[in-house]
Amino acid sequence: MKLMLHVAPGIVRYPVVASVILETGALVNIERASIDAVSGEIVLEVPAEKCQEVIEAFQKRGVKVMLLEIPVVRDENECVHCGACVSICPTGTFRFEDWRVVADSGKCIQCGACVVGCPQRALKLVLK
Amino acid sequence: MDLFLGATQPSEDRGMEYGGAHVMEDLISGKQIDVEAFGAGSDCYPQMELETSLRLEDFNQAIMVNPRNAYQRYNAASNSSDRTMHTYMGTLLPRLGNIHYSGAGLLNPISNDPNFDYIGIGTRIFLAGAPGFVMGSGTQHNPENNFSTLMVTGDMKKMSSRFLRAATFHKYGPSLYLGIGIPIPVLNERLAKSTAVRDRDISVPIVDYGVARRDRPALKMVSYEDLKSGVIDLYGKEVSASSLSSFLMAREVASALKEQVEKGEFLLSAAVEPLHRLGSSRPMKQTKESPNVVDVMSRDVVSVGEDIEVEEAAKLIVSGHFDHLPVVSREGKLMGIITTWDISKAVAGGKPSRIGDIMTRRVYSARADEPIELAARTFETHSISAMPVVDRENKVIGMITSNHLSSLLARRR
Repeated sequence: MKLMLHVAPGIVRYPVVASVILETGALVNIERASIDAVSGEIVLEVPAEKCQEVIEAFQKRGVKVMLLEIPVVRDENECVHCGACVSICPTGTFRFEDWRVVADSGKCIQCGACVVGCPQRALKLVLK
Repeated sequence: MDLFLGATQPSEDRGMEYGGAHVMEDLISGKQIDVEAFGAGSDCYPQMELETSLRLEDFNQAIMVNPRNAYQRYNAASNSSDRTMHTYMGTLLPRLGNIHYSGAGLLNPISNDPNFDYIGIGTRIFLAGAPGFVMGSGTQHNPENNFSTLMVTGDMKKMSSRFLRAATFHKYGPSLYLGIGIPIPVLNERLAKSTAVRDRDISVPIVDYGVARRDRPALKMVSYEDLKSGVIDLYGKEVSASSLSSFLMAREVASALKEQVEKGEFLLSAAVEPLHRLGSSRPMKQTKESPNVVDVMSRDVVSVGEDIEVEEAAKLIVSGHFDHLPVVSREGKLMGIITTWDISKAVAGGKPSRIGDIMTRRVYSARADEPIELAARTFETHSISAMPVVDRENKVIGMITSNHLSSLLARRR
């Protein structure tokens, strides 16, 4: 399962992710991290059975955690099922099903490549 | 007053996110658009300014005229360079990261009638939900190479926003997605055969958009069947392939048209004139050739191995009046670059070091046969001022600097 962490920029000075891994013993995979002067986002892949424990461990450390259940929001009136999002997605979230583009949940890392790649401007990130 | 609107024309204030195509989609969806017009003024037309809001019904006529539509097939695209490219073939990821293709393959009208036994001037067509006609062969029509195109027209007032969609290709520009269908009667044996075309019968090259030349090289020939499988093997790597045009919508056009034909609402027509059997699709002749990197680069390039001391490199830089030294392997292949700044930093640090320890390993380079515009773009994109020029084996053969480019400009004036 994928978690999105919202961290205050100062947090990079502390090994937050490492300390949560040590505490929970969860096999956490860091899939994306972007931190600038005003905000930070980290996307983690966490095994389902440890998910709740990991969420609580982060919350205890003052980190906002969100479960990424919906990959991207799609405007069904705009989407023409062309497929421009399919091959540019680094995690293979999109695929064709009888020439209709479908999105698999749990794969998206909120990188936004599909958002700018969509010629119909039909896609939005969940959190933006 | 006649008003011409190009689908790919970007907006003056909203840029490529709202182009001519978006105005068309807005009009067809029943939205009102604001119109401002300015003119020189004359005795017969004294009004110099006009401001109004119009809906599609306010226009006397709204006629779509498309100089090039319904490409028989189109080159697929990939990108071997090391940067993401934003093209009219969509986002092309670096190092052959993906493949994009366009076209309906077996549902393409011309692929079902490549000999133009039925399709010709005057043929009635389905154009974005409205009745339309083939005006003739389109621009870049090239039937000898199976790249035929059509010029079409239709009544925009009868179009449906289901089949006309404005699009924006990121960092490229606006475009228009359009549903076109042509019912083809099986009049003879040749049409029986050609309308049975399959995706595997239609091949296209995968063209490398990472090579910035007009004659971009083809990486591989593939069929629409290969492309639609979603994965193509390129040099032993499984590359994800996806389309830019919607096959789902192509099917919807086909079934909408079938319904109209069955109800007797869409009548077939004999062509007035056949389409051209010959065509041409050459790149535009350029009388003012822009120079290539080889024409401006300096050939007396001094390069060094990674084992020499910083002090030695500094002496070379001073005696040669260079600002950059390419670092090469024993075989002369480019490994990195040293600038006067790297050397100053090393000297200021006080530690004696080898060039190999302080050089920049991620080095941008140019090819001799590339246009200088490309080198200029690399300089600008990466905020650098010089690059080694390498041959096919990545061996250093010269150096190009921003000075070379600026002196070229100065000479032109």
